Amino acid sequence: MSVLIFVAKLIAGGALLCLGVLLALLYEGVDRIISARMQRRFGPPLLQPFYDVLKLLGKESIVPRRAVVWAFNGAPWMALVTALMVFLYIPMGALPPILGSEGDLILITYLLALSAVALVVGGFASGSPYANVGSQREMVLMMSYELPLALVISTMAWLVYRRGIPGPAFSLETFSSLSLWNTVGWIGTLGLLSLLLALLAVVPAEVGKVPMDIAEAKTEILEGLISEYSGRNLALLKLTYSVRTLALCAVVVALFFPWSLGKAMGFSGVGLFVIDFVWFWIKTFIVQTVGVTTVRTAFGRFKIWQAARFYWVQVGGLALAGMLLLTLEVAIY
Amino acid sequence: MAVGEAKTYKIPIGPVHVGLKEPITTWLEVDGERIVDIKVRPGAIHRGIEFMARERNPIQVIYLAERICGICSFAHIESFVRAVEDAASISVPKRAQYIRTIMLELERVHSHILWAGVACYTFGYDSAFNLGLLLREKVMDVLEAMSGNRVNYGVGTIGGVRRDITPEVAAALEDLIDYYRREFAAFYEVATEDPITKARMRHVGTLPPEDAVRYCAVGPTARASGLRVDLRWSSPYEAYADIEVTPIVPQDYMGEVYGDVFDRFLVRVLEVYQSLDIIEKALLGLPKGPLMAEPKLPKLLALLKAADGVGWSSIEAPRGDDAHVIKLTKGDENVTWWKVRAPTYANIVSWPIMFRGQEIADAPLIVNSIDPCISCMERALVVDKKSGSSEVLTKEELLKRSREKTRRLMGR
Repeated sequence: MSVLIFVAKLIAGGALLCLGVLLALLYEGVDRIISARMQRRFGPPLLQPFYDVLKLLGKESIVPRRAVVWAFNGAPWMALVTALMVFLYIPMGALPPILGSEGDLILITYLLALSAVALVVGGFASGSPYANVGSQREMVLMMSYELPLALVISTMAWLVYRRGIPGPAFSLETFSSLSLWNTVGWIGTLGLLSLLLALLAVVPAEVGKVPMDIAEAKTEILEGLISEYSGRNLALLKLTYSVRTLALCAVVVALFFPWSLGKAMGFSGVGLFVIDFVWFWIKTFIVQTVGVTTVRTAFGRFKIWQAARFYWVQVGGLALAGMLLLTLEVAIY
Repeated sequence: MAVGEAKTYKIPIGPVHVGLKEPITTWLEVDGERIVDIKVRPGAIHRGIEFMARERNPIQVIYLAERICGICSFAHIESFVRAVEDAASISVPKRAQYIRTIMLELERVHSHILWAGVACYTFGYDSAFNLGLLLREKVMDVLEAMSGNRVNYGVGTIGGVRRDITPEVAAALEDLIDYYRREFAAFYEVATEDPITKARMRHVGTLPPEDAVRYCAVGPTARASGLRVDLRWSSPYEAYADIEVTPIVPQDYMGEVYGDVFDRFLVRVLEVYQSLDIIEKALLGLPKGPLMAEPKLPKLLALLKAADGVGWSSIEAPRGDDAHVIKLTKGDENVTWWKVRAPTYANIVSWPIMFRGQEIADAPLIVNSIDPCISCMERALVVDKKSGSSEVLTKEELLKRSREKTRRLMGR
C-alpha cells in the first residue's frame, strides 16, 4: 500500500514539476508582454521564454578558467531543484500538497533561501569580479528581506494557532483550508493587509526583478551573479528565476487568498478539484501581474544599501505593525 | 573594513559595457561596494579623422566632420563650417543662419531626450528608457522630413545650408513643438517626482562649482554645477543673437544647486523646453533670402583654395563647447590641418571628482551623466608598435611632441 502511495506521489510530483516549469515559462512570457504593453511596446512572442531556454540548452556551456568547476556547474542545478521542490509543498486549490505531511511553510522559506544561496555560491565560484559583487549583493539582500519574511510567516502561524484553526500551525494546508480574513475583525484585517503588503514587497527581491534586481543589475555589474554563465547552465538559471517567481506567487496565494471558486459555485468531487486548481493558477497569475510585472515596470532599481534600509525600516516596520495589530486583535477578541 | 588592512579589487567598467553607449574603460578600485579610486583609460575608438581630412578639400571634410559623432553630427559640421567661414571670410545669409539654429536645437532635443532615456536605463528604469526612445522618434521623423536622414543630416555646407525649411517642414516643426510640450511632461515628472529616480540620482556624482571651474567642465555638466556658462548666451552665433537665450541652471528652478547627476538630468530636461522655445522663435522670425553664400561648388572651392589663414569656431553643442580650428593654405586645395576639441574631452577630466566616495552601482550613471561621446573625444592615440609598450606620456613629453608636430605641419 505504502509503495503504491509512494509511486502515485512520484508520478503526481513529476507531473506537477513539469507543469510548474511550463507554467513558469508561460507566465514569464505573459509578464514580458504585459510589461511591454505598459511601456507602449509590442513585446516578445508569448512563447519567447521557451525559445530562449531551448536555444540556451543547445549552446555550449563555457566554464571560466578561474572558476571552481564543481560549484560553478552544480549551483544552477541546486538552485533549480530547490526552487522546483517548493511546488511539492503548496496546496493548489482543493488539492492537498503532494508532500504536505513532510514539510511546511518553514521548509518552503528555507527552500527559497537555499535556492538563493545556490545562486550566490555559483556567483562566487565564477571567479569574476562582477559575479563576486553580485553574490555579495545577493547575500546582503537576503539578510535584509529575511526579517520581514520571517515576521510575516511567524505572525500568520501564531494567528492560526491562537484562533484554534485545526491543523498544524505552519502547514500551508491549514492556511488554504480556511481564509484567515474571515476569522478577524477590522483591526485584524488591517494587520493582515500590512502583512500582505510586506510579503508583496519581499517578492521582487526573492525573484530578482526590478526594483530589487540588484544582484543582477545588468547596467551596473553585467548580470552580476550570472554574468559568467552560458549555455545549459544559463538555461537552468533562467528556469530558476521563472520558477521562483511562480512559486513565491503561489505561496502568497496559498497564504492570503485561499478563497475557493468551486465551493462558491457549489461544485463538489472532481469538478471542485479541477475548478479550484485552475482558479488557483489564475489567482497566482493575478498576484504575479500585480506584485512583479507592475512593480518592475513602474520603478527603477534601488542601490543595495537603499534596498537593505527599505527592508529593515519600511517593510520591516510594516510587518511589525501587522504583527502588533494582529496581537491586538487576538487580545481584544 | 574594520579589522585588518583594507583589501581592494579592480572592476572594469567598459570598454564594452551594457550601461555605456560608447567604448571607454574606467577601472574602478573598489572596497566592497565603495569606489576607492578610478582610472580612466580611453583609446578604444580613435579613428584618425583629422589625418584623413588632410587629403580632402574643405567641402569633402564637411561629411567627414559629420561622422565624428552620430548624435551631434550637425554640431560638428556647424562648428567646422564656421571655422572654415572664419578662415575664408565668408558671410552666411540670414535665412541659412536661422535654419542652422533650428537644426542645432532639433539636434539638442534629440540628444537630450536620448540621454535622459539612457540615464534611466542605467539604473534599471526601463519604462522611462522606452518612453524616451518613443519621444525621440518624433524629432527623428521631423529631421528626416527636413533633411532626408535620421542621423548625419547633410544639411550644413560652407556658406549656408543645403536644405530649406519649406511650408510643410515648418508645419511639421510646429507639430513637433506642440507634441513635446504636451508629451514631454512625463519626463519632467520622472525627474522631479519619482522617488527611486531621486534616490538614485541625488547626491550621486557631485561636482562642486569650484571643481567644475578648476577642471573646465562645459555645457550641461557645468550648468548643473550652477555655473552660468552657455555659448549661445555669452558669445551668440548664428541666430542666437536675435533670440534671447539664458543659461539654464538648477538654482533658478529648484532653489539650490548640488551639482549631482539629478541636477544634470534636470538641466537637460529643462533645456529641451528651452530648445522648443528657440525653435518656435526662430521659425517665427525666419527671414527670406538665399540659402547659400555661393551655391556653385566649383566657385566655392576656388574661393576656399585662395583662402589663407586659421579659422576658429566654438559652438554650444548638446554636450558643451565644441571647438574646431582649421588652417587653410593659399594655393592648397586640401585642409592643411584641422583640430577638433569635443565637449567630452573637457568634461571627462571631472570624472575622478565625481567618483569620489561613490558606489559601484553609481559608476555607469556617473559615466553617463556627462553624456560622454567617446568617438567625439578621442582625437589622439599613442601607439608604439615596435616595442609594444603601452606607456602613458607625461605632460611635458606630450607638450614637446605636440610642439614638434605643429612646427612640422606649419613647415617651420
